[in-house]
Amino acid sequence: MYIAGIAAVLVTMALTLARAFMGPTVYDRILAVNSFGTKTVLIIALYGYFTGRPDFLDIALVYALINFIGTIAVLKFFEYGDLGRDRPSQPDDI
Amino acid sequence: MQLLLDAISWICLLSGGFFVVAGGIGLLRFPDFFTRLHAASVTDTLGTGLILLGLMLQSGFSQASVKLILILVFLFFSSPTAAHALAKAALHGKLVPFVKR
Repeated sequence: MYIAGIAAVLVTMALTLARAFMGPTVYDRILAVNSFGTKTVLIIALYGYFTGRPDFLDIALVYALINFIGTIAVLKFFEYGDLGRDRPSQPDDI
Repeated sequence: MQLLLDAISWICLLSGGFFVVAGGIGLLRFPDFFTRLHAASVTDTLGTGLILLGLMLQSGFSQASVKLILILVFLFFSSPTAAHALAKAALHGKLVPFVKR
């Protein structure tokens, strides 16, 4: 049963990777990487159940946290040009 | 009773897998970034939710289910937030949404 779940998620990871390589804009790539990270969370959880070791779920939870933080950091870098060094705030600073 | 639980978790896992693959295909075939963003975030919430629900049914009332619920709740909060941040950054990056004239 887990084999079907793992296979489905693996296929989706391949599709997401294809979008990451083909993605015309940089935001497509960030989206593909974010989606890939979420699928990794699924794969870790499914593999943990497949091998009968429930302690994999901690790894999956930590990976979900890190993936979210990473996506937001990359987005902040692309939106503001840097990760926020102290500079005088221009008038149109959001 | 155990057979019923297995059957339900089997259905949840398979339908979750189907939605995940559907989202992956949508990620590839949609014409514009914002439509792909929708496809990816749909699969993130529904597909993941169903698969984790299927796993939860397998383990019943145990510590593993509590961890699964934590993962599910966190993904339900973080996935839309990431999608919103992506759309906001893309709009600021002067990416014009695809409008069929």
